[in-house]
Amino acid sequence: MTTRPVTRRNAVLGLTAAAAMLARPSILHAQSTGRIVVVGGSFGGAACARALKRAQADLQIILIEPNAVFTSCPFSNEVIAGLREIEAQQFGYDKLAAEGVTVIGEAVTAIDPQRRSVMTTDGVALPYDRLVLSPGIDFHFEALPGYDEVASEKMPHAWKAGAQTLLLRRQLEAMDDGGTVAIAIPANPSRCPPAPYERASLIAHYLKAKKPRSKVLVLDAKDSFSQQRLFEKAWKELYGDMIERIALSQGGRVTSVDASTRTIVTEFGNYTPDVANVIPPQRAGRIAEIAGAADATGWCPIDPVSFESKLAPNIHVIGDACLGGGIPKSAAAASAQGKACAAAIVNLLAGRAPETPRLSGVCYNTVAPGYGFSLAGNYQPKGDIFAEVEGGATSPVDAPRELRVREAAEAERWFQTITADTFG
Amino acid sequence: MAALINVPSKARRGEVIEIRTLTSHIMETGFRHTADGALVPRDIITSFTCRYNGTEIFRADLFPAIAANPYLSFFTVAKESGKFEFEWTGDNGYSSTASASITVE
Repeated sequence: MTTRPVTRRNAVLGLTAAAAMLARPSILHAQSTGRIVVVGGSFGGAACARALKRAQADLQIILIEPNAVFTSCPFSNEVIAGLREIEAQQFGYDKLAAEGVTVIGEAVTAIDPQRRSVMTTDGVALPYDRLVLSPGIDFHFEALPGYDEVASEKMPHAWKAGAQTLLLRRQLEAMDDGGTVAIAIPANPSRCPPAPYERASLIAHYLKAKKPRSKVLVLDAKDSFSQQRLFEKAWKELYGDMIERIALSQGGRVTSVDASTRTIVTEFGNYTPDVANVIPPQRAGRIAEIAGAADATGWCPIDPVSFESKLAPNIHVIGDACLGGGIPKSAAAASAQGKACAAAIVNLLAGRAPETPRLSGVCYNTVAPGYGFSLAGNYQPKGDIFAEVEGGATSPVDAPRELRVREAAEAERWFQTITADTFG
Repeated sequence: MAALINVPSKARRGEVIEIRTLTSHIMETGFRHTADGALVPRDIITSFTCRYNGTEIFRADLFPAIAANPYLSFFTVAKESGKFEFEWTGDNGYSSTASASITVE
């Protein structure tokens, strides 16, 4: 049993859950084991598929992911800064397949929640008992006039790792010394909130070594941000005045762009940087909309105990796409959610109530080689979202350099661990 | 930085133009207490005025519920070349001004 207080709202949800459980045995008799389809093979989806198979070997687990190779966003800022090659970010699905997960390399074109089936690009309809969506993010182009797929070829977002990551790196390499690199940062909610500032740091690291007369201009739709004091201290220490940040209340919010002239327009001025990294506003990945799981905010409301969509029955949503409340849209959170969702599904299929999950996430920022810090948090369901609970920690602002060195090394190990855990 | 102003430098006669202003101010509500229980006194902007060649075209009263760094945007009709003058006044004798020019063709 869950230990949530019974509000009128979740009392009603409890009733619908009980009704679903009554209907369940006939399906189980018909099929003897369950069939779970997971859409999206990223940190959330792959972790969920693997955890389901490991928890109950007789479940049929199908992972649908159009890309044969996954490219990790965590550590991709190091690729942009020339500190790492993109191959170190890439992982395949062979190990998942070897463990008995059926991997289908197609894209999803339609979802029918009533008939419980998923249609893929090859025209095959796959029935499921439960569907897990790990759609990640898509860009909300309507919220940034002038910006779209075509504009992103000139003003890269590099907010989905892969070709865009390499494009931004090439633009930095081609820029003359003395140039300006602008980074446009959207308001929250967005994927990995501290990552734009890590990116500003690592680009400054590259420029300091290769093009020391250049600068980084951060145009920010926020006034404050995650681990701000740690970042600002590091910027002063490592890069002096190289990084200039214009916050929301200084007119930093970007309202439109013009890719033909590489112009970034804010509420109070225009900028024409030599390299423009435009991170647009975001929403849940397209699959969420196809499934009818996204609401007017563009994100997916869920029951945080089971990750079941509030809008579409028998569909679970994990990772960046869900309205998580206090839990950040990070790889670590997506992975934790994927595993907790797997446990909830195993319980639901067996007619048991899912246990209340306690999720842990850690987020490392590397601002230069050998200089890292972190934010660790624990999260539990509270109403319709996740709330942070005790036990979290942020690196101290005043700390010997030795701690920063150690945390940079820990960040590397964290990446090796989470990728091995998910794909290895 | 006192205030940010965005007025188009040029406009056609009769054109509707948008004016944006943002000024830095803490907008302390007067409802908060310090850790030792003392009331933090109210310190807000109470009034904003915009004049176009001397004629008042926009005025706003501000209250404690308005967030720090008030951002105001409004529209007017570009009638003649000249000057927009902006004035913010508030608690503790606060006063701040800014101006911007426009060429109307």
